[in-house]
Amino acid sequence: MTTVNVNGVDHQVDVDDDMPLLWVVRDVLGMTGTKFGCGAGLCGACTVHIDGEAQFACQTPIASVGTSKVTTIEAMKDSPIGKAVQEAWIDTDVVQCGYCQPGQIMRACAMIAKSPQPTDAEIDEVMYTNLCRCGCYPRIRAAIHKATGAGKVAA
Amino acid sequence: MTGADTDTMAISRRGLLRAAGASAFAIAIRFDGAGAAIAPASFTPNAMLSINAAGAISLSLPKTEMGQGVYTALTMMIAEEMEVTAQSIAILLPDGATGRFGKVTQDTGGSTTIRECWEPVRQAAADARGALIAAAAAQWKVAPGECSATDGQVIHAASKRALPYSALVASAATMKLPEKTLVKTSGYKVIGKPQHRLDSPAKVRGEAEYGIDVRLPGMKVATLAQAPVFGGTLDSVNEAAAMAVKGVVQVVRLPDAVAVVADHYWAARKGLEALSPTWKDGTNATASQAAIMASYAKAAQGEGASAMAEGGLDAAMMAKAMAGATKKISAVYEQPFLAHATMEPGNCVVHVKDGGCEIWTGTQIPGSARDEAAKAMGVPADKVILHNRLMGGGFGRRLEPDYILRAIEVGKQVQAPVKLIWSREEDMQHDLYRPFYHDAIEAGLDADGKPIAWTHKITGSSIMARLYPQYYKGVDADAVDGSVTTPYTLPAQRVEFIRHESAVPTSWWRGVGGARSAFVVESFIDELAHAAGADPIAYRRSLTSDPRTQAVLDMVAEKSGWAAPAPAGRARGVALIHTWDTYMAQVVEVEKHPENGVKVVKVTAVVDCGQPVNPMGIEAQIEGGVIFGLTAALFGEVTVADGRIEQSNFHDYRLLRISEAPVIETHIIPSSQTVGGMGEPPVATIVPALANAVFALTGKRIRKLPIAKVLTA
Ligand code: FES
Ligand code: FES
Repeated sequence: MTTVNVNGVDHQVDVDDDMPLLWVVRDVLGMTGTKFGCGAGLCGACTVHIDGEAQFACQTPIASVGTSKVTTIEAMKDSPIGKAVQEAWIDTDVVQCGYCQPGQIMRACAMIAKSPQPTDAEIDEVMYTNLCRCGCYPRIRAAIHKATGAGKVAA
Repeated sequence: MTGADTDTMAISRRGLLRAAGASAFAIAIRFDGAGAAIAPASFTPNAMLSINAAGAISLSLPKTEMGQGVYTALTMMIAEEMEVTAQSIAILLPDGATGRFGKVTQDTGGSTTIRECWEPVRQAAADARGALIAAAAAQWKVAPGECSATDGQVIHAASKRALPYSALVASAATMKLPEKTLVKTSGYKVIGKPQHRLDSPAKVRGEAEYGIDVRLPGMKVATLAQAPVFGGTLDSVNEAAAMAVKGVVQVVRLPDAVAVVADHYWAARKGLEALSPTWKDGTNATASQAAIMASYAKAAQGEGASAMAEGGLDAAMMAKAMAGATKKISAVYEQPFLAHATMEPGNCVVHVKDGGCEIWTGTQIPGSARDEAAKAMGVPADKVILHNRLMGGGFGRRLEPDYILRAIEVGKQVQAPVKLIWSREEDMQHDLYRPFYHDAIEAGLDADGKPIAWTHKITGSSIMARLYPQYYKGVDADAVDGSVTTPYTLPAQRVEFIRHESAVPTSWWRGVGGARSAFVVESFIDELAHAAGADPIAYRRSLTSDPRTQAVLDMVAEKSGWAAPAPAGRARGVALIHTWDTYMAQVVEVEKHPENGVKVVKVTAVVDCGQPVNPMGIEAQIEGGVIFGLTAALFGEVTVADGRIEQSNFHDYRLLRISEAPVIETHIIPSSQTVGGMGEPPVATIVPALANAVFALTGKRIRKLPIAKVLTA
């Protein structure tokens, strides 16, 4: 049995140590907001927070999580940054298919927690890891600026 | 398992959804899953609409949502005619059933949704409104013509009376529906006005349910390996090793694939590794990219079937027209195989039981996929229930039922509901790819440099011939779309099609035939403009007398600042299309880039798609389509070695990243003309616009994609 703390709740799970956090969250805990895109750390669809840091859940063996606190998209509406980012995402009409968006939002929130008004260069550097097949990038950028009050879009 | 209407709503498990702090996003949502309480509809005027006793309107969405925004646009069309707000309508994703919506098919692709639905969907809503008005008029004993609907109620202005829809549904339900209530042709309150997407709140919170998110009691999760070489078969597996993995419950062998069934995906995946399947590669074992490309070039030497109406000009007539030219230009263009790479990999849940099956998946073809599933099961269609879900991207991939049929093959051997998830590697290596195309094109120019003769031979796979062999007469009507009819006046023109197939299976890919044509025609027109020493926009404009075509060119020139030279180190290119009943022009500004050869700085897009439905949706489609097209133009290529696809994941099948995305500026020309399609046009236009910008920047003409590979070779 492994204990994992997700969104403030301890869960006991009976899984192999190498099982990625992604599949623990999705298939064992039944929280499907975190998405499977590549399984190889190449797309960011599975991004969650581990002690506040954005991480690829598909590349995080459950045994490596230990007592760290995992936060998933399901909890973001309860955090001030999460709420502001989600509202900005809605206002900016960022989503298309939406499949990458939980991951995008998780990475954006972790960035904003450290850098409350990220520049375009910072956005490029941090959000680079998260792919969007629908091509929502200009709006992701605009929504981050909107959420952080800068209201400025790269020219 | 037949008869029960089990349509479900994939957006949210919470009855009522509210966007944080914004009441504008309050949408009544049906619960997902069987057995959830649903208020009985009191008035069901047609297959799309129902209005319950409380006056709440539900729309059974006739098309499928994969990100393109029809969830919002179709709802707007209903809202307009029913005189309510779009966000007050509850949207249901209906089960698949051929004929369910009459003439409107559930199939969603080829930029057809708005065009196909414009009349019938608005008519369905207008008829519902007409019935409510008739019900009120009867109650008030006045003529229906004296009444009107507004704001969810019927009013009789003369007597200042009003009744909300809720007070009318019971009597409307018992009345004979009035014939064809007139739809609006102007004075729109919803159509053409910016509308925020109705599916955003659930999607940003991770509450939206995609096919891959479906969970059922007792459900198992499976993953699979398919014969790596096209046409190969399964040879051996180490079943004992797979079964020894904790959580693995079953191995399912198929002729050309093998699946491991487990308690969860990770166990299935580890089981599959332990299984170490081996394969008999079959006759394609030595297929290589070079050989495939050579076979296309060779096939292109043959004579094709004329794609022109009535056969058009024959070879002798063309030769005569060509003989009058003062100059001839010819070029060969090649476009590679491409994978769809939807962000949500292939998946499908199947429960085979009671002489039929129940399916949960995201598909662009819920009706025909159900029919295909029934065929595979050997049962009548009414023994199959197909619940559709939101899709994490479609782009044509989910116009194919293969992943559903695969899940059925597995599910037939499993005594439980089973979710089959494809790994990204399986998804990329067992796609049905965008076809490889070889285009040979030649123009004869007059003394002014204008084309007086134009021959174009297209050699490629025919998706139409595979899907509709009964109609195929030697020309793939989709593949030649945008080649036979170009935006230009071409006095003597011949377009031929040669069908040629390889081991690589092919299918629809966002942009379809019109995009393959746009790359060739718009690149070649640019070559002609250059040969004529003419400005690329002025040259294009001189070849058309159509005012809408000229208007998009004029506006793109103005908005992109075309008349002024590009900033130092930059260059611009243009492309124009008129396909899918939409006119679009784009100007792309580029500069050199050390890694990719070129960086796209800015894209200016102008569209005339007729009457816009949701301007915000159009802008999003253009931005997304441009980026989707840039990925293809810059990096997109799938290649074959030893009979198998070489690329496997996003490290070797690159997508554009946020740091590489240009600024995209969109301008919509106001119009009340017939609605046009929006999904494909931006993809079709950006590729040649970029290729032409690269030529302007580097002097290198792009006749082969992807561009980054050509420039950095
Ligand atoms: S699924 Fe984890 S990075 Fe793609
Ligand atoms: S919204 Fe579809 S992948 Fe990003």
